[in-house]
Formats: sequence, C-alpha cells, structure tokens
Amino acid sequence: MSSLERSDVARLAALARIDMTDQDLDRMAGQLSAIVDAVAKVAEVADSDVVATSHPIPMANVHREDVVRPSLTQEQALAGAPAAEDGRFRVPQILGEEA
Amino acid sequence: MSDLTRMTAAQMADAMAAGEITSVQLTQAHLDRIGAVDGDVHAFLHIDAEGALATAAAVDADRAAGVELPALAGVPIALKDLLVTKGLPTTAGSKILEGWIPPYDATVTRKVREARMPILGKTNLDEFAMGSSTEYSGYGPTHNPWDLERIPGGSGGGSAAALAAWEAPLAVGSDTGGSIRQPASVTGTVGVKPTYGGVSRFGAIALASSLDQLGPCARTVLDTALLHEVMGGHDDMDATSLNEPVPGVVAAAREGALGDLTGVRIGVVKELRGDDSGEGGGYQAGVKQRFQESLDKLQSAGAEIVEVSCPHFEYALAAYYLILPSEASSNLAKFDSVRFGLRVETGTVERTMAATRAEGFGDEVKRRIMLGTYALSAGFYDAYYGSAQKVRTLVQKDFAAAFQLADVLVSPTTPTTPFKLGERIDDPLAMYLNDVATIPANLAGIPGMSLPSGMAPEDGLPTGFQILAPAHEDARLYRVGAALEAALAAEWGGSLMDQAPELEVRS
Repeated sequence: MSSLERSDVARLAALARIDMTDQDLDRMAGQLSAIVDAVAKVAEVADSDVVATSHPIPMANVHREDVVRPSLTQEQALAGAPAAEDGRFRVPQILGEEA
Repeated sequence: MSDLTRMTAAQMADAMAAGEITSVQLTQAHLDRIGAVDGDVHAFLHIDAEGALATAAAVDADRAAGVELPALAGVPIALKDLLVTKGLPTTAGSKILEGWIPPYDATVTRKVREARMPILGKTNLDEFAMGSSTEYSGYGPTHNPWDLERIPGGSGGGSAAALAAWEAPLAVGSDTGGSIRQPASVTGTVGVKPTYGGVSRFGAIALASSLDQLGPCARTVLDTALLHEVMGGHDDMDATSLNEPVPGVVAAAREGALGDLTGVRIGVVKELRGDDSGEGGGYQAGVKQRFQESLDKLQSAGAEIVEVSCPHFEYALAAYYLILPSEASSNLAKFDSVRFGLRVETGTVERTMAATRAEGFGDEVKRRIMLGTYALSAGFYDAYYGSAQKVRTLVQKDFAAAFQLADVLVSPTTPTTPFKLGERIDDPLAMYLNDVATIPANLAGIPGMSLPSGMAPEDGLPTGFQILAPAHEDARLYRVGAALEAALAAEWGGSLMDQAPELEVRS
C-alpha cells in the first residue's frame, strides 16, 4: 500500500469539501499515511471466498404503512437554517462568475 | 437529610415512592452538585435547571395526587449531547452545530420525557463521538473525577464523568466502538451497549450507522438495567430497530445479585486478555491483575471458566477504522451550511460549504472524513472498504464459534487506566488502541457491558471488566455483571465509587 502525498490529500479535501491550508495538507498527509498503513492489513485475510457484511443484524424489507404522519412545519424546518427566504432555504449563488 | 446525590437511582425511586423525598429536592441536589463541581469536571455542555425542576415539580404534584407514575419518574438524568432535544441546544460536541436548537426530540429523548425523568442537561463528548478521551470536543475536554488531570474516556466522557462526580445518577450514552464502555471503565462506572437495534437511533446524530448504538450508563448494574428498559424497544422511525420486546434486563440484574452463577460458562477471549504481543499487548499490570481476580470471583460464584480464541480480532481495529470513517464521511455530508448550523459565506455555495466545514470541524473529524473519502474512492474501494466488510464477517464467525463454548465472553474493557490529558492527542493511532477490546462487539452487533473491577494497585485508578453476550441476549450481561458486582462489593465493603477521591466543592 502506498503512502499519501500532499497532492492526494488535496484531492481528498476537495472531494470532501473541506478547505485546507498547505500546513494542514502536510500534517494530514503524514497522519493519514500512518493510519492507512495500519489499516491496510485487512487485505491479508479478505479472501475472495469470504462474504462481505454490511450490517450486523440482517433485516430485509422493513416497511411501514404509507400514510401521512405528523411532521415538522415549514417554520420549524427552516428555524435552524443560516438563511431562509419565502419559506425556503436561501443559499449563496450556485454557479461561479465564469460559468 | 443525607446527601441525596449518593443514592442509587433505584433507591431514589423507592424513597420518592415512600414519600421520604421529593423529585424537586432530588433534582435541586443534583443541580447544586453540578454548580459546585462542574467548573472543574466540565461534564456538561448545557444545563437545563428550569426544565428539570419543572418536570420534577409536575412529578411531585402527580404523586401527591395519587397518579400512577413510571418506575423512574422524578429520577434526574443527563443526556449525551448527541441526542437531539427539542428546545434544548444540541451540538454533538462540534462547533459546526453551535447554537442549534433542534425542532424535534430523539426517540430516546421522548422516552425519557415519557418516563417523567427530569433532564439535567447535555453532556460533553468528542466531536461527533469521534474519540476516546473527550479531548476532541469542540468545547474543551471533560476531566476525570478520579484525577482531574486525566481523561474521562470517550466519546461519552461527559456522561461517565457526570456519574462519577455524583452530578447525575443516570446518563444516556452512545457506543460506536466503545464510547459507552471505555468511559465507564476509566471512571469506575457501569455502561452497556445493547444489541444493535435494541434502542432506537432516531434523533441520535449519526456517526457510523451500522455500528452506532445508544445505551444506558449508571453507577450500578441494577440502575443501568432500569434505564435500559426505559430506552429500549421497537421504533418504526428507525428501520434498523429490532421488532422484538426489550430483554428482561432488570429481572436478570436482580437474579444475578443473588450471586449464583452455577451452570454459566464464561469464556476468556485469549486475544483480548493481554498475554500476547501485537494487538493484545500493552495491557497494564494492574488491569490484568484485577481482571484475573474478577474471574476468580465469578468462578467462586459457580461459573465455569473456559478459554476461547477469536483469531480474527487481530484485524478488527483495522476494519473498524475503515468502516467507521467511510460511513462517517457520508453521514457528515449533511453539514453543508444550508439547512442548519454554521455558514461561512465565501462566494458560491460550494466554496461556502468548504469554508464552513474547514472552520466548523475539528482535526479528528477532518481526518476521519478524509480517510473515509479515500477508502470509498474509485480504485481503492475493494482493497479497503470491501476488505473491511469481509473482516466483519470473519469477526462475526469468531464470535459465533466462541459462543458455542461459552454463554458470555469476558476481557478487560480497555488496556490501561485513564491516561493524562494531552498524552495521546497528537497520535491518532495510539488513541485508537484504547478501543481494541470494545470494537469487535460493534462490528458484530452484539451487546456488551463494562463494570468496575477495582483499582490498579500501581496508580489507584479504576479498571474495567467487559462482558459480551450473543445478539438479543442482553440479559446475560446483567446477570453475570450483577453477580460480579455483588461479589466485589462484599469484598470491598461497598462500591468502587465509595472509594473515589472527593472533589473540591466550589461555591
């Protein structure tokens, strides 16, 4: 398994939508590489004949009645939003100037 | 009147039912205690004196009027700040949620309210429950009441410290890799991670959805059982909730306290007892000594002790630190500056999102989100996340084989007594090793308990004894745990908490 370079971490930070300074990237590259090296050992025993488990207690087809139930009002749903307008979440512009 | 905060929850309920004390007296005593010691301990992020006293007064009025009340009505409780509480701030220990007031209650919050228990406040935790020391809280660490220079465990260090500081008799915790059991171990208290799905996760801010489980925390096994029965049960707001009755854990605790374990087979997990090098190494001498003494007590109570081997536990920690970050990176995508929490406005919504998450999340959260993003990314998915899921199967098979030979499995809860604040904060891998013995249960979804096994002779700090049972068999934890608790109390002439040092009381 390869260790993570600063450029790898920069790409991950962009994918995860977390701004990072150069200093952050250097620190994270070292720490993440150490963690990745330690966890890579899972591949040693993960043979192709072993089934993957995604959920500890298997359950299937969990349904409920398709009926309307009490839920948050529009006002409640918007109460914690950083900005709201006309009963909707208000966000900054979606596209950059060059788009 | 003697100090009301030193009673067990069961004694408090009995004393109120007998008319000896009121819930207002009891709640006020705990609020006073919080006022006197929480400046040093910092178990609480938010205290709701007004709300707690209002609930208490209403319970007292109903009791006076002869209204039938739930078993724990009037007994105060603290909630980990991971549970959403309508009208009370909820932060999950993160700056990104500072000041957020949820518009709804978690199912467990609702059940606590329906049980008429005054909610004293919300307890501190590592940010989004990522950590083993509360040092990753966005609001400063909690201090261990046994030694204020030391960690109270994590992520639920606030709940455990509140119990150990006599600030609350009961608390709710959450356990994704040991966040109930490890804090219980290092604070001399009791904590249970129920079977996955045994307690609804609706309204618990998600860390890793296939591992997270809410559970009860207290100072005695019986009190833990009483709270377990309040919290547990099916909830159709959580699709992973078990559709079956709550196990009879209170009855099991009462049976266990009688002290007879004849016919019970107890399996010592070879890989977790600290004899071997590698993952099992690094166990403190006093932790091993107290563990062996507890085993001897269980044997004296009639249990048969056998050794079992779980060879794939060696890979459990690695699998956990792939599965957890992967699920967390997805769960935490909702903190996007749009619907709740912080917004650092910088140009477009995408730029704003990245600036907000940079400012709102702490380092450990960022590390795990990035690790999860990496493990799930194209080209690496099979080697990392896919392999980790296979290890999960192997760990489950190890447990299944071990439970053929034993009714419960046991180990020390955590390899050491609490370490000093700051000692491991810059070494993520050293921090992760705290949970080496607790993580396998989360991977397999089985229930686990930690209860005090004594104090390590070398440092006088608490050591913990872990009990694990097959899925759905939570009651076995309580039977064996109560038997051990009774045997140790007989030897000590009281509980371990009676031996805890006194905190300085400030006015």
